[in-house]
Amino acid sequence: MAGVRYVGASRVYAKGASPAVDALDLEIKDGEFMVLVGPSGSGKTTALRMLAGLEPLDGGRIEIAGRDISDVQPKDRDIAMVFQNYALYPSKTVAENMGFALKMQGVPKEERARRVREAARLLDLDDTMLDRKPKALSGGQRQRVAMGRAIVREPRVFLMDEPLSNLDAKLRVQTRSQIAELQRRLGITTVYVTHDQVEAMTMGNRVAVLAGGHLQQCDTPRQLYDNPVNQFVAGFIGSPAMNLQTVPLTEGGVRLAGTVIPLPTAVRTAASQAGLREIVLGIRPEHLHLANGSGPVAGEVILVEELGADALLHVRLAEDHNLVVARTEGRKPPAPGQQVTFNVQPDDVFAFHPETGARLAG
Amino acid sequence: MTAITATGAPSQPPVTDRRARRRARELTGQAGWTVLGWVVGIAFFIPVLWMVLTAFKPESAAETWPPKFTFSPTLAEFRLVFSGFGPFIEHSAIATIGSTVLVIVLALPAAYALSIHPVKGWRDSLFFFISTKMLPVVAAIGPLYVIALKAHLLDSIWLLIILYAAMNLPLAIWMIRSFMLEVPTEMLEAARLDGAGRIREITEVIMPVVSPGLVSTALICVIFAWNELFLALNLTVTNAATMPMFLISSVPQEGLYIAHLSAAATVASVPVIIVGWIAQRSLVRGLSMGAIK
Repeated sequence: MAGVRYVGASRVYAKGASPAVDALDLEIKDGEFMVLVGPSGSGKTTALRMLAGLEPLDGGRIEIAGRDISDVQPKDRDIAMVFQNYALYPSKTVAENMGFALKMQGVPKEERARRVREAARLLDLDDTMLDRKPKALSGGQRQRVAMGRAIVREPRVFLMDEPLSNLDAKLRVQTRSQIAELQRRLGITTVYVTHDQVEAMTMGNRVAVLAGGHLQQCDTPRQLYDNPVNQFVAGFIGSPAMNLQTVPLTEGGVRLAGTVIPLPTAVRTAASQAGLREIVLGIRPEHLHLANGSGPVAGEVILVEELGADALLHVRLAEDHNLVVARTEGRKPPAPGQQVTFNVQPDDVFAFHPETGARLAG
Repeated sequence: MTAITATGAPSQPPVTDRRARRRARELTGQAGWTVLGWVVGIAFFIPVLWMVLTAFKPESAAETWPPKFTFSPTLAEFRLVFSGFGPFIEHSAIATIGSTVLVIVLALPAAYALSIHPVKGWRDSLFFFISTKMLPVVAAIGPLYVIALKAHLLDSIWLLIILYAAMNLPLAIWMIRSFMLEVPTEMLEAARLDGAGRIREITEVIMPVVSPGLVSTALICVIFAWNELFLALNLTVTNAATMPMFLISSVPQEGLYIAHLSAAATVASVPVIIVGWIAQRSLVRGLSMGAIK
């Protein structure tokens, strides 16, 4: 059992280029399921590959169980990786694929067969499948074989690089919970890379949000959602995304759609200390409450997206003419073209610095 | 398939009718391609057929014009060929198999070093290999003769093995390299994580993927080496003379020889055809590697 620690770990692909991963400091606890999430080019995959030993470090170090493994060969790091396209060996059977690492370690044949069968049982791969070649398997089965290949090794750390992205939507949701459940059962430290924030939120004990090679925030899914440290995290986490608008500061709050949204004193103080005249206001779609009578924030419905339980209203605000998305109860949503008003609780709004994107303390 | 609903207007033909016409159009298109395919195929095959037919004719019937298609077949010319081709086919077999094995053994690591873990300056090496094919062999035959003479390799089978290997090596390296580039990077990385060293990486991971490519490369080397005439003609006399040399020796100074030559040529083609037949499936897979993802 082992924790993982990135200490100022950097990777620069080409001389003069900005680092793909820039001085990453991140601690992953023993047995934790850590998700690295971010848009493409955020450095999440590079960070994982550095841990795997597939990318060299250009600065800093990485530790597994307190030992610096920066210069250790990948095979000696006691890790196992699940690749995005599974990377199964096409000429080997499922059992041979799963047992290959053990064979390389010189594990005796019977022991190998036993561990392969054990892993297969964990993953609901039946015995007839073990003798097949990967080509004869479905996408979902291949994915499980790739998982099996990692499990068989009984490593100290699992590395997973978008292992669900080649599955169809239904299977992805199903496999998502299976992987999370399996990880809890095995208790093996796991680093999981995805660009899908829903995967990140549902699977991780903690989620590290990366952008531009920098760690933005690392926290529990709940904390990321409720207390994003900056505009990037606020906009990235949550679906549909938080409504973010640049709005002018006024006495006691900000001006939105011709009305004043009050802000907490702490936020107002922070904004005035920074000498700001406008801020970026963030409101989650579910915090725009459709008013029965007349609420302060008014607008016209442009589009209604029915999701079943909920409906998403795309609304053009009065005066500002900015578009916002509001989540509302799905039964009787307003029709497009209808004028609506919303209530907003002052506690539910976020305020960000318009240039740095940093959260203004609230 | 998009469903088309008939509107019932009299100017619109019914759906089934239109569908039938489209089907007919597709069929005529297919038939057109089939006919074209057969015509081209037969055009390529006719000279071969001609050769085989002539080989069974008596010499007197072989050179008539217009050609005779009714004749009493004879094995006389084949008997003549079989009585004399022994050493030639032996030399050809040794030179072909020897050089092909040598080519694969050398090209495999070379291609690996130029694709999977590219060495510094791999681009230049790659260009150098192919550049050796740009010089006409005629231009090199003088120096080759002198070198062979000094090395006491004239009229030796070893000389042919070395030369044929050198002749086929650039092509083999290029071909095997392109097959190796098809090996997914993730698979190689998975092998690294699984603890496979260089040797295991090649034997357990790369070889199974590129083996159809290796077969087609070997087959092409076999064909080129088997059919090579120029070097054999200039650098061998009797101790290493190959099948193409036998064909030349089948042409006498005077008299009729077409039937005899055809019989000899037929015999000379058979091994390549057999090898090609056996390797057919791998060949198609190898040559179309990368074409279908």
